[in-house]
This record gives sequence, structure tokens and C-alpha cells, in this order.
Amino acid sequence: MTTIPYKSYLEPQGKYTGLLDWLTSTDHKRIGLMYMYAIGIFFIIGVLLGLLMRIELFKPGETIMGPQTYNGIFTVHGVIMIFMVVIPGLSAVFGNLFMPIQIGAKDVAFPKLNLLSWYIFMAGAILAVLSQFTGNGPPDTGWTFYAPYSTQTGTNVLMAVTAAFVLGFSSILTGLNFIVTIHRMRAPGMTWFKMPLFPWALYSTAWIQLLATPIVGITLLMLIAERVFKIGFFDPALGGDPILFQHLFWIYSHPAVYVMILPAMGVITEIIPTFCQRRIFGYKAIALSSIAIAGVGYLVWGHHMYTSGMSFTARWIFSFLTFIVAVPSAIKVFNWVATMYKGSIALKTPFLYALAFIFLFMIGGLTGLSLGSLATDVYVHDTAYVVAHFHYIIFGGMGFAFFAALHYWFPKMYGKMYNQKIADIAWLILFFGFNMLYFPQFVLGLQGLPRRYYDYMPQFETGEVLSTIGGFVLFIGIIMMITNLIIAARNGPQAPDNPWGGKTLEWTIPSPPPMENFDTPPVVSKEPYDYE
Amino acid sequence: MSNHKAEHQHITDYWVYGLILVILLALTFITVYMVHLELAAWSVAIALGIASVKATIVLAYFMHLKFDNMLFKILVVAVVMLFVSFILLTFADYLYR
Amino acid sequence: MSDVAIKHDEHRDDLGAKLGMWLFIFTELLLFGGLFLVYAVYRDIYAEDFHLGALQLNVTLGTLNTVVLLISSMTVAMSITAIQRGNKKLSMQLVLLTVLLACVFLVNKYFEWGAKFEHDLYPGSDLVLQFKRGSIIFFGLYFFMTGLHMFHVVIGMVVLMVMWFKLKNTTINKDDNVLLENGGLYWHLVDLIWIFLFPLLYLVT
Repeated sequence: MTTIPYKSYLEPQGKYTGLLDWLTSTDHKRIGLMYMYAIGIFFIIGVLLGLLMRIELFKPGETIMGPQTYNGIFTVHGVIMIFMVVIPGLSAVFGNLFMPIQIGAKDVAFPKLNLLSWYIFMAGAILAVLSQFTGNGPPDTGWTFYAPYSTQTGTNVLMAVTAAFVLGFSSILTGLNFIVTIHRMRAPGMTWFKMPLFPWALYSTAWIQLLATPIVGITLLMLIAERVFKIGFFDPALGGDPILFQHLFWIYSHPAVYVMILPAMGVITEIIPTFCQRRIFGYKAIALSSIAIAGVGYLVWGHHMYTSGMSFTARWIFSFLTFIVAVPSAIKVFNWVATMYKGSIALKTPFLYALAFIFLFMIGGLTGLSLGSLATDVYVHDTAYVVAHFHYIIFGGMGFAFFAALHYWFPKMYGKMYNQKIADIAWLILFFGFNMLYFPQFVLGLQGLPRRYYDYMPQFETGEVLSTIGGFVLFIGIIMMITNLIIAARNGPQAPDNPWGGKTLEWTIPSPPPMENFDTPPVVSKEPYDYE
Repeated sequence: MSNHKAEHQHITDYWVYGLILVILLALTFITVYMVHLELAAWSVAIALGIASVKATIVLAYFMHLKFDNMLFKILVVAVVMLFVSFILLTFADYLYR
Repeated sequence: MSDVAIKHDEHRDDLGAKLGMWLFIFTELLLFGGLFLVYAVYRDIYAEDFHLGALQLNVTLGTLNTVVLLISSMTVAMSITAIQRGNKKLSMQLVLLTVLLACVFLVNKYFEWGAKFEHDLYPGSDLVLQFKRGSIIFFGLYFFMTGLHMFHVVIGMVVLMVMWFKLKNTTINKDDNVLLENGGLYWHLVDLIWIFLFPLLYLVT
């Protein structure tokens, strides 16, 4: 189809060549790819750290590391995976790559700011990695930096906290950029309710990034002030209240969970109509449930603190609100399933990942409700059950959605097609490995295995061994998937402009997209998922 | 979305700003004076109330909210409400401990 | 060469720019919002100590600084009216006046903090550490909140100086002045935060 010669965004653009051409580019698609490469590297580092933990837990007692090393490793695994992989993941990578195209814009509203966010992100990421190797050993507080331990431990907490602060700043700027872009840059004719649902999800996400991140920013600043100037914000000896730190931390960090999962839901909402060739069921319900999740998601942070000594009144209020936030999530799931009903389903790789997402997200979400009720939470709090729950949400949810997006938009991003058979096999291995890795941890948690210890009682050995084997299976799947994609990006066969029969605007332009996305600005008159 | 520039720019007269300043200064002196009245429990509420009035005036006139797009007004109110709900939920803990 | 073409094509979106600025202001408001939340909690726990702490602060200097900031907010607002009416010279003078008022604020603060340090009233000092716990928190909050605000004053001054230069080389002019409006918005934000800081720190009784 692409007979008309054009210059794709992957070809050299400006006055520089090579790497510098990319590092100085304000093109949203290039910035998206730059995020993806960086995040891919951090993801692999995080995975390797996770594997080290699994090896340590293969046998009871000290296997390959002592307790202090283990504490450092799970902290850095958390910091890298949360702040550098899943929070920026979908919005910074695929939001940048495709949101402007999907709304028919040439770029984001503030392209230079967009590039700046990437540099700030990299600066924060480098600080986070450096905190591992400098000072008195890696931070050992867990990614939550709970006070008062984080204000007293001799390890390199200060640098890791600064890194998280800097990364937050990058997140804020991306959110700001996206909100203005979606408000101001939509193509003529694209009203709010003619906008595809991925931008809708990103819009809700952007508001969380914008309004929740400053709270953790100030909290981390207070932590720094406490360590440097001895202002006892959270130190009981100086009049502070450690529980207040938990409040402030989770005011941000719970909404941050929705920063991870909302764009993931957005991706799934794009994929399902395409591979069912069917109009999305309940368009408005899905669009507005994103906003509802973002709104209510601000108000449920206390469910991380049931056992902290918080008042009973606060506990039941937060529990109640937690149950409410499950409603819009369920609305989405029902709408996805209803969309598939009577559709002509094509079981291609992206759709398989989307199905895996729904399955894993359901398990993660429902176990979340059992954690959200007061009585059961007391029983399983700080056990492996929690670990299993949030890995099902974060990895099974956001991670699988990321892989789904990767396989869905890959032909558009590079103009090349990957080997779909290998991709399907990799999916199968990933799916099995994932469940084998994390499902036993639900059981272990119910049996009373606490999290964050390098050692365990012998009766947990079967589950731990299963889990570790699952970890390696998962790792093989990841390597296989990534290798397949790298090979395709280099020498894959030419991909058509619209390999899946999608209807949103990105499928109307050539693959890979031209530098300015559209030759002539598109005018929109139809709904985004106009099948049938 | 055709033409965004020069959206009927509202130009505020100098004297309006002068008047606003006089009002703000008056409110400031009232707050300082109130402290000496020893109204105990009420003093914080009054001080915060006056501060909120001042903030609203600054937002409306100095920050042009009164003459700006409706969107900005809605957003400012939403952000304030969000912050208030943070306070309320946190105090659901501290007041009932 | 295609780069030049893009530049020409780039449409100007004043409303979008202003929306961006407001969003940024929201993040700043919530940054301080987190601090106000901390303040509220500790004031609830240590009402008495906060009262005693506030008595140590210099209300006269605090009031003076409030007045200075309010006036500076007016001058920067007026500078926008001036440029909108095409009076470049007046606009530049008003921006400069705003920066000068910001300097006055900082000088005041210098004397205020200086006096506190002279009396060993600073976080972590031997004297403060002997206080009751509520007072330790009060002085911690006082320095942290006013310090962070001061940092914003300094940033605001830099922003305003940039505005002054942009006025000078007519990047900001009668027809294109959203940049100055945005700079002004930032300065009003600094004022807005002080409007709450002042009664909470100096007048709590």
C-alpha cells in the first residue's frame, strides 16, 4: 500500500545524525520509543533482581545471600519496578507513541516539555540505580520508605528517595502535557465522546499523575528534611507521627496503582473490538468508569493501613470506599466480555494477551477485595498473599497489557511484522510461568508465610520451590518474546498499514508513521469503533 | 478549535487592581487585629475564613479566573474539593483514635 | 529545512498554554497542600504547643511581608494590563517593581530567620531539642514551610526577570502576552500560599 514515498519518523530527521538525532528529537513517537528502550532495560534489571530473590527462596535458610542483601534486593526491585517501569510504562511509552495519533494531532501540546520529561526520567532512574552502589549499601526499607525506619537506617535511603522525587516530577510533566493535548489538540469533529478509549484512559491517568504525585513529592522532601535537618516530622521522639507518613505516602501511592492499571485497561479496550470486529459495548460506560476510578481511587488509600493503628472509624470508611472502587472496574470487565459476545474473534497474539489480562486482572482484583475487607486483611496482612495479589494486578494486569500493546502496535511502530507463531508460544510460556510463580504465593500467604524474609519455615518449601520454578519459566517466556520482537524489528517482513483491521486513526496512516503523522489533518465524523 | 488566539481578551482597569489591593490589605489587618480579641476556639476558624476570602479574591481578580474560561473555574473547584477530602479522610483517623 | 516549515505551521494556542500553567499551579497547590495537611494534624495533636510557638514569631515582620507580597501581586497584575494596552515601558517597570518587592520580602525574611538563629531557635539546635515535642514540630514546620515558600519566591523572581527580558526584546507584546500572564499566575501562586501560611504560623492562638 505504501507506494507514495514519505519520510518515516524512524529515518534521520534533523541536523544531527545517529543517537544525537534521537536525543534531541521532540517527536512524540521517538520520545515514546526512547522511553520504551529505557524502561525495557530497567524491566530486565528488575526481573533479574526478582529471580535472585526466587533463587534465595528455593531452599529454607541462607541459599545465596544473607538477610541484609535480601532486604536491599527487594527494595531495589520494588523501586525500579514501581517508579521506573510500571508507573511510566504504558502512558509514557504507548501514550506518547499513539495518543496524539489516535486523537488526530501532529504531536503533544508541549513537545519540548515532553523531551524534558524524558531527561528528568533518565536522571531519576540513574540516581535510583546509583543508590545501589554508593553510600553505605543499598536502601533496605522496601519501596515504601516507611518512617521512622527510613529516617534512621544507615543505608543509602537519601539517594533513593531523591530518585523517587525526581521520577515523580517527570510523571507530573507527562500528565500535564497529556491533559492539555487531549483538551486542545483533538482533530476537528472529534468530540469527547468520539475519542477512542485509550486516550480516555490516559486522560484519567494524567489527572492522577498530576494531582497525586505532588503529595508524595512533599512527603519525600519531608523525609529528606528529617534526615538532613532533624525536623521530626515522623519521628515519635521529636513529636512526629509515623502513621502520618503512611497516610501521605498512600495518598499518592494508592492512586498510583491506577496510574498503572488505567492505561492498561485502555489498551485492552482498544484490542478487544479490533480482534472481535465488533463495536465496543458500552462506550460511554467505559469512558466514564475511567474517570470514576480515577476519582474514587484518590479516596481509598487507607486500606493499606488497616493494621497500622488507624482509628476504627477511618478503617470502615476506607473499606467501604474500597468496595465502591471495584464497581467501575467490574463495569469495564463486563463490557469487554459483552463486546466479544457474537463477535468474529481472531485469536491473534495481542488478543491472547488481552484475554490473559482479563483472567489475571480478575484474580488480582477479587483477591484485592478480600484484602479490602477489614477482617480478612488482618489475617493476611504482610503475608505472601499480598505479594501474590499485587503481582497479579501489576504484572498480570499492567505487565500483560504492556505486552498486549507491544504486539498490537508493533507493526505500526516499526513497519515490520513479528513471527506470530513464536509470539503465541512465548505467550503460553509466559502465562503458565506467571501463574506457577504467583499462584502458590496465595496459598503460602493463607498458610501464614510472611513477606520480605530471606528465610522460611520448612513446611512452606513445596510452594516456594514451585514458585521459583515458575519464575524461571516466566523468565524464559520473557526472553523468547523479546528476542522474537528484536529479530522482527531488525529483519522482519514488511507489515501492512492495517494488519488487524483496526478502525482508530493510527491504522489510517502508513507504517511506520510519517514524521508529522498526517499529510492532511484528519476530520472525524464517525465513532471510533465503527464496525458492522 | 479554529482560532485560539486573542480570545476576546478581557483587560482589567488599573483602578480595579488598586481597589482589590485595598480590600486585601483591610482583610489582613482585620485578621491581625482579631488575634488580640482572644476569641479562643473561634480565632482559627475566623483566621482561616478570612484567608479563604482573600484567596478567592486573588484567584478571581489577580489570577483572572472571573473572566477566564469556565473550564478553569471547574478545575479549581475540583482541586479544592479533592484537597478537602484528603483532609477529611485523614481526620477520620485522627479525630477518632 | 522541514524544521522551519514546522515552526511556521505551529499554531499558537493561548488557552492551551494557560491550561498548562493552571495544571502546574495545581501541582504546586497540592505540594503545599500536603504540608498543610501535616500542619493540621499536628496542630490538632499539639494545640497548646503551637500556640506557645506562634507567640515566639514576629507578627510585625510577618504582617509587613504579607503587605509586601500583596502589593507585588497587584503590580504584576497591572503589568499585564499595561502590555495589553501596548504600554511596554510601564509594563517593564511594573515587573521590575515586583522583583524589587520580592527582594524586600527576602530581606525581611533574612532578618526574621536571623533573629531565630541568634536565639538558637532552629530545627535540631540543642535548645529546641529540649522543648516539648509539639514545639519541636512547630519550629520544624515553621522553617520547612517558610523555607519552601522562600524557595518559590526565588524561583518567581527568576521567572519575572525572564519576563522582563522578554518584554524588552518584544517577545511579549501587545498581541502575544500569554507568557506574561502565566508568569504572573506563578507569582500570584506564591502570594496565595502566603495568604494561608501567615495566619496559620503567626496567628494561631
